[in-house]
Amino acid sequence: MAAVLAARALRKSYRGKEALVGVDLEVGAGELLGLLGPNGAGKSTLTKIACGLVRPSGGSVEVLGQPAGSPPARAAIGYLAELFRFPGWCSAEELLQLHQRLCGSAGGASERAELLALVELSHAADTRVETMSKGMQQRLGIAQALVGSPRLLLLDEPTSALDPVGRRIVRGLLEELRRRDVAVLLNSHLLSEVELVCDRVAIIADGKLVREGRPVDLERPRGVEVETANGVRLFEGAGHEQAPEIVARLVAEGERIHRVEVLSSTLEDVYLEAVRGRTG
Amino acid sequence: MLRSVSTVIGYALREGLRRRVFLAVLLLSLGFLALYGVGAHFAFRDAGGFAEGEAKILDPKAFTGATIFGMAMFTTLFLGSVLAVFLTLGIVRGDAESGLLQPLVVRPIGRTTLMLSRYLAAAGLAAAYVLAVYGAALAITWQAGHWAPDHLLGPALALALAVAIVAALSLLVSTFLSVTAQGIVVFMVYGAGLTAGLLAQIGHAINSATLHSIGHTASWVLPFEGLYAASLHALISNTSGLTGVVLQLGPFGGSEAASPGLIIWAFIYTAGVLAIAAAAFSRRDL
Repeated sequence: MAAVLAARALRKSYRGKEALVGVDLEVGAGELLGLLGPNGAGKSTLTKIACGLVRPSGGSVEVLGQPAGSPPARAAIGYLAELFRFPGWCSAEELLQLHQRLCGSAGGASERAELLALVELSHAADTRVETMSKGMQQRLGIAQALVGSPRLLLLDEPTSALDPVGRRIVRGLLEELRRRDVAVLLNSHLLSEVELVCDRVAIIADGKLVREGRPVDLERPRGVEVETANGVRLFEGAGHEQAPEIVARLVAEGERIHRVEVLSSTLEDVYLEAVRGRTG
Repeated sequence: MLRSVSTVIGYALREGLRRRVFLAVLLLSLGFLALYGVGAHFAFRDAGGFAEGEAKILDPKAFTGATIFGMAMFTTLFLGSVLAVFLTLGIVRGDAESGLLQPLVVRPIGRTTLMLSRYLAAAGLAAAYVLAVYGAALAITWQAGHWAPDHLLGPALALALAVAIVAALSLLVSTFLSVTAQGIVVFMVYGAGLTAGLLAQIGHAINSATLHSIGHTASWVLPFEGLYAASLHALISNTSGLTGVVLQLGPFGGSEAASPGLIIWAFIYTAGVLAIAAAAFSRRDL
C-alpha cells in the first residue's frame, strides 16, 4: 500500500525538551490509523508537523511524496485541530465557502450541501457559529476539514466535545471515508472508539513510538476461562488453540462444562502496558 | 493567488461589517465631524475681526483655517491609526492562541499570502477611512470659512500612507506578542512618534538644534510621524508674511516638506516591516 503520510526519523524539540524522538510512521490510502498516547506524548506535535503548522527539528514527513507543509502537501490534506475556533459571525455555509475558495475547490453549493449532510448539519447551514453548541461546531470542523476532497485527513481529538449520538455520526463518517479511499490519522484518547473504527493503532509515549499494529494483533491471550459444576477455572496463558484440548481434558476428568471463554487483553490493557502509567 | 488574496480581503471586510466595527467607526466619525463643524463655524465667526486695523498683515481666515484643520488632521491620523491597530489586533499570535488561525494556515494559500492579504485589507480600510474623514473635514472647513489648504491631495495621501505604516508596525508586533501586549506596544510607539514630533516643534520655537534633530531622527525611525509633519507643512507651504510666521509658532512649527527621500523611505520601511513580519510568521510554530 503506497503511503499517503510517511514520517521518517521524525524529531521535534521545544527549547531543548524533546517532543518527538525519531518517530517512523506510515498511513496508507484508505487506512484509518489511530494515534494514542498520554497527554504531552507528542501526538498533536506529530499531527501539526504533518500539516505544516510546526517545523520538525529533524527527520522528515511527506504527504503523497511531497514535503509536509509544501503547497502540494497542504492541498492534499484536511485538518481539524484539537483546540480550534471559527469566527462566530460566520454561518456554516459561509465558513465552508471560505475554505472552498482558500483550497481552490470547485465543488460549489453541492459540495457544501453534501458535507453538511455528512455531519448532519443540513438544518444549520445558515446558523452562525457563535450560536452553535460545541458539538455542532466540532462536526462543522470535520466538514470544514473535508472541503476539497482531501486525500489525507488529520483529526486531532475530533470527538472530544461530542455526545454519544455525535460520536456515532463521526464513526459512520470515518467508515464512509475509508470507502472513499481517504487516509485518516485519528488522534484520540477514546480507546473504545479507536478500537471500533481504526485499521491500525500507533501508541506514542515520551515522543517515541512504543507500539504499532492492528488492534487484533496487539492484543495478547490472557487465558481460557472454563465454568464447570465445581466453579470457574482460569488456564492462564492459554489461547484459542488450546481451548479444545483443555475442554477435552476436563471432560475426561469427569467435569461438567457450562461455559468456555477465551480471554484476551483489550486495547486498554495494551495501551496501559505500553505507556506504563505515564500521564501528562 | 489573486483569488486567495481577494478571498482573505473579503473575509476581513465581512468580519468588520458583521462585528459592526464599521458602524461604530461611522457613528463616532460622524460625531467627530459634527463637533468639528460646530467648532469651525464659531472659530471662523469669532476670528473674523482678528487683527483688524493692523493693515491686514495677519490673514485671520488662513490662520483660523490652518489651525483648526491641522487639529482635524491630528484627530484624523489618530482615528485612522486606532482603526489600523484594531484591524490588525491579534492577527498572528492572538488568532493562533485562540485557534482561529490554524484552519486557515493549513490551506494551500500559504502564510505569507494570508498575512499580506490581511494587511492589505486593514491598511486599505484605514487609509480609505483617513481619506474620507480628511475630505469631510476639508468640506466642512470650506463651508464654514471658505478656506482651503495650500495643497489638497498631498496631505491626504501622506496621512493615508502614515496609517498604512502604523498597520504594518502593528502586524509586525502581532507576530511576537499577544493581543493586549500588542495594543499597548503599538500605541506606545505611536505616542513616542508624536512626542518626538512635539519635541521638534518646541525645538523649532526655542531654536534648539538638539530637539530639532531628535524630531528629524524620529521622522525617519518612525516615518508616520515624518509624514504627518509633512502633511501639516503642505497645508501652509505657500502661506507667507506674518500669518506664516505666527502659524510656525503653533502646531506647524518644525514641520518640513515631504522630501522624495521621505516618501521613498516610507515605502521601503513599510516593505521592510512586512518582510520581517512575514519571515517571523513563516518560522513560527503554530
